[in-house]
Amino acid sequence: MRGRTRLMAVAGMSAIAVIAAACGGGDGGGDTAGGGTDEPGKQGGEIVIRGCTPENPLVPGNTSETCGGDQVDAMTAKLVEYDTETAEPIMDLAESIETEDNQNFTVTLQQGRLFHDGTEVKAHNFVDAWNYTTAAKNGQAGSYFFGAIEGAAEISAEGAEGEEMSGLEVVDDYTFTIRTTEKVSNLPVRLGYSAFAPLPDAFFDDPEAFEENPIGAGPFKFVSKSTSEFVYEKFADYDGPSPAHVDKLTFRVYTDPKTAYTDTVAGNLDYTNEIPQEYLIGEAYKADLSDRALVKPTGRFAGIVFSPNDPQLKENLQLRQALSKAIDREQIAETIFNGTVTPAHGWAPDVVDGATDEACGEYCDFDPEGAKALYEESGGYDGTLTLTVNADGAHTEWATAVCNSIQNTLELECLMQTTPDFATFNKQIDAGEIQGMFRTGWQADYPSIENFLAPIYGTGADSNWSQYNNPDFDQKLTEAASAEGDDANALYQEAEAMLGEDLPTTPLWYPSTVVGWSDNVENVNINVFGVLDFSAISVK
Amino acid sequence: MTEPLADAQISAEPPTPEHTDKPRSLGSDAWATLRKRPTFWVSAALIFIMIVMAAFPSLFTFFSPHPELSYSELAKARQPPSSEAWFGYDNQGRDVYTRTIHGARSSILVGLLTTLAVLLFGSLIGIISGFYGKWVDAVLSRVGEIFFAIPLLLGGILVLYTFPSDYRTPYLLVVGKVVLAIGILGWPRIARIMRSTVLQVKPNDYVQAARALGASPGRIVRSHILPNAFAPVVVVATIDLGAYIATEATLSFLGIGLQPPTVSWGIAISEASGIGFLRAAPHMLLFPSVFLSLTVLAFIMLGDAIQDAFDPKSR
Amino acid sequence: MGTFILRRILQMIPVILGATFLIYWMVFNLGDPTVGRCGERPCPDAYVAKMRAEYNLDDPLPVQYAKYMGKVVQGDLGTSFNGNDVAEELGNRWPTTVKLALIAIAVEAVIGIAAGVIAGIRRGKFIDSLVFVSTLVIISIPSFVLGSVAQMIFGLRLNWFPVTATAGTWQQLLLPGLVLGALSTAYVARLTRNSLVENLRADYVRTGKAKGLSRQRVVGVHALRNSMIPVITFIGADLGALMGGAIVTERIFNVQGIGGYIFHAINTKDGTAVVGTVTLLVLVFLVMNLLVDLLYGALDPRISHD
Repeated sequence: MRGRTRLMAVAGMSAIAVIAAACGGGDGGGDTAGGGTDEPGKQGGEIVIRGCTPENPLVPGNTSETCGGDQVDAMTAKLVEYDTETAEPIMDLAESIETEDNQNFTVTLQQGRLFHDGTEVKAHNFVDAWNYTTAAKNGQAGSYFFGAIEGAAEISAEGAEGEEMSGLEVVDDYTFTIRTTEKVSNLPVRLGYSAFAPLPDAFFDDPEAFEENPIGAGPFKFVSKSTSEFVYEKFADYDGPSPAHVDKLTFRVYTDPKTAYTDTVAGNLDYTNEIPQEYLIGEAYKADLSDRALVKPTGRFAGIVFSPNDPQLKENLQLRQALSKAIDREQIAETIFNGTVTPAHGWAPDVVDGATDEACGEYCDFDPEGAKALYEESGGYDGTLTLTVNADGAHTEWATAVCNSIQNTLELECLMQTTPDFATFNKQIDAGEIQGMFRTGWQADYPSIENFLAPIYGTGADSNWSQYNNPDFDQKLTEAASAEGDDANALYQEAEAMLGEDLPTTPLWYPSTVVGWSDNVENVNINVFGVLDFSAISVK
Repeated sequence: MTEPLADAQISAEPPTPEHTDKPRSLGSDAWATLRKRPTFWVSAALIFIMIVMAAFPSLFTFFSPHPELSYSELAKARQPPSSEAWFGYDNQGRDVYTRTIHGARSSILVGLLTTLAVLLFGSLIGIISGFYGKWVDAVLSRVGEIFFAIPLLLGGILVLYTFPSDYRTPYLLVVGKVVLAIGILGWPRIARIMRSTVLQVKPNDYVQAARALGASPGRIVRSHILPNAFAPVVVVATIDLGAYIATEATLSFLGIGLQPPTVSWGIAISEASGIGFLRAAPHMLLFPSVFLSLTVLAFIMLGDAIQDAFDPKSR
Repeated sequence: MGTFILRRILQMIPVILGATFLIYWMVFNLGDPTVGRCGERPCPDAYVAKMRAEYNLDDPLPVQYAKYMGKVVQGDLGTSFNGNDVAEELGNRWPTTVKLALIAIAVEAVIGIAAGVIAGIRRGKFIDSLVFVSTLVIISIPSFVLGSVAQMIFGLRLNWFPVTATAGTWQQLLLPGLVLGALSTAYVARLTRNSLVENLRADYVRTGKAKGLSRQRVVGVHALRNSMIPVITFIGADLGALMGGAIVTERIFNVQGIGGYIFHAINTKDGTAVVGTVTLLVLVFLVMNLLVDLLYGALDPRISHD
């Protein structure tokens, strides 16, 4: 739940089909998808799946972590939703989203779609919700998702009092228009993210009552919550593309994924969204669950940042290259992760549109002699090299292995260091206190190569931990943003190649998502963001 | 040893101030008793070995196939014991034997120092509050209750967040912080138990007599209260020793205790303790656990022997 | 006796004030709770600003504390960061924790004292060694290993106990209670044994025997009663520790109790939740220790509460 951003999908997902071909190697536990989706699942029944305690009340625009996000996903309907396998957008609440110039969009809603409280979903429910989420005075966590809309900057600035974005306008009950600041050709497909869900009038009448009793327009209706359980039932009047199969869906809070796993094996829990690393050893989970587990590449990236505050690393490209070559990614993927991560040769996993996984080239290949030679040439590293990770995220084992690999290859003392939690880790990075190397991870907001480059390596970007500053790179991104399709991807790949030349960070691997389920359920599948398809799962 | 109510050694009367004034002091008496006990010698030998191991680990590793602490070969991860690695390899392909030997230093230091600190401070507070009673007792007991109510983990986290360490922090300072974090919440229990025994001993005739005769408080505590209060405190302290070594593991596991390259039994145990690891490579857990058990065993046996020797009722 | 109890209750007030302030100060020092709540991205400024205002995070420590205590006095323990009422949350979790702690206490009192008495009477015999070895094993296995192994064997494989205890019924809490009480059982067994051994050597035991009292009466009434003071002290102090210290056991068995709550609150640096919970624990300690002090008088009439 820490260190992950919520996910957001975007268009052009036909490239998803590439997953299977390109990612064939490495996924030692490569089961095929759960129950398949050919046969229709049985209707009715009750299931219990793993949940956790949300960090915020279950308001779509204020939910920025996966605990609450999963529940919000099940409860809300958006303008579009994403196909589980291909991640292609499917119209949900929207009848159509039309644009002539990629800057002015007209949204027409389906008529007759209802919120759980029986009121109809109308255009103002969207406009009001989006304005509410964006306005600074409401302090919602999801406000940055609306940044592209005209007027968002004005009302989201700290201390701003404005309540309405100039780019949103209600035309009639079932039509509204969106105007963006710049051209955003992929806007329609961003709209499936839960922050874009409409809010019923009841929310604006009494937000606190809504927090106690959240209301959406999705396939599942909120029933009750307690310390240990969040209960949802099938929304009988749901008329969208993904009606629920089960009558009752319960999220049961499990603090420890190991406990959730054990309960899944025992048949007390129907689905767990995580199989702990230790059960991957020797494929113990297969002995426990037989074919009731799924290992699926999802849009995630893991790498190491060479600290921009460490002059020895910052100034010395050859040293960075030597370190990158000294990491035996294959062996670590095999021994520590039992093949559930795919060693990386680039900065974007190839499940996303436009990614080629080759920008890092030879520097991501383990080559002891080459690394040693480069290291000698570079002049070496004085003192002890450290690799800092946060202790609350299951990073210590692989980080130790990476350090050992560097130490064995270069005879340079390398030590794994921990911060107690992700917040401290974040704080130390912001304050520029970490020397040596530290971990980085990214989870796709939307499956495009752009999402793995612009927010992380663009000059001054929020998450630019390596403080990468390359005008040519920024220029390439700008060019790519104004292009379309393959042209855009080619430009992004050129930008990524610059990372390969400069190595501000080094890629490690692309983690897969590993889930398991009980004997009581079938048709279990996860989407490209690693989240369960709540509607498809059914009892046996 | 075998006769529970053996009476040969039991003197007719409990010791009085006159007794301890004689040339044979409590200490030399105890030593005479202690010398005759095989358990004392067994435990002393074990503790001696452990301390040598903690001070000079290379004495035990130079002949092993992998004497280097930093040795690791990922390809050999989790391989069971063999002639090439007597205790097998851990999850990182490191030699469990070498790491277990080197782990002795931190574990014993943390366990011993914490136990000693808690024992001394807790006993002092307990004696003062039990002996003087009244408002002194009220203040000390209530303060103790505040510290007692803070869960150990919370206290440890709070202390170690406030004083973080990294690999450049001097080793003894890191150990000192861990000792402080555990000890600051551990002392009230010893204080409670010490206080309870003081309360129990204080009303005895011989203590009242000594007070009436004008013996100083220090003398009364030394001659009458300490020997009687010794037993329960030592029992708790020796078990605490093992518990503290495990607590250190929990703190290190949370990223706030000892930091690599420091190794300890606790860290090794917590790294190896998941059911998944236990199924795949039980040797990773077994060996550090056995060393921890032996250490705790030695100190418990020593505690028992000393307690018997010092027990005024047994003489 | 009455004034003694009254005085102790009055003493609780400064203790509660001291404890809450100490905890408040400690959590205050843990760092900024608004960092790291939005994944790999920084949180929006407006979100952080709202949170800081809502929880008075910009005030100096004494002001924050005063505002908090002002609410507590009115019976409002505040709201945690995820919008839940702390008092309500504690109310939901409290029964489970009490049940778990009671099972653990029962285990340590019954098994611990029984094992200690048997070992003490049969000192040096086989049964004494058996108890010794068992306690040693329990001491050297950390609770996180003991818990997950017990869950694996007795829950999953043998089906003797439920695997987890999410609902917190007595039946579900039996195995977690056994695990939680295990280490304390070792303490109690050794404390009982050693105290008993020592008391059996005391002169009043020989006097009793000389007077022709039965061995059972001597051991059962005189020696045992005198041995109980440290044991009772330990158990009394332990009840409080078990409530707040069950963090590991609660995680393994998914028990929805106070331990897990406080752990989550520490992780999210949720001061309101931490302080409310610890205050409750301090109260439990105060009451338990008062009860234990009263019990001393019953066990040994010479200990008076003047």
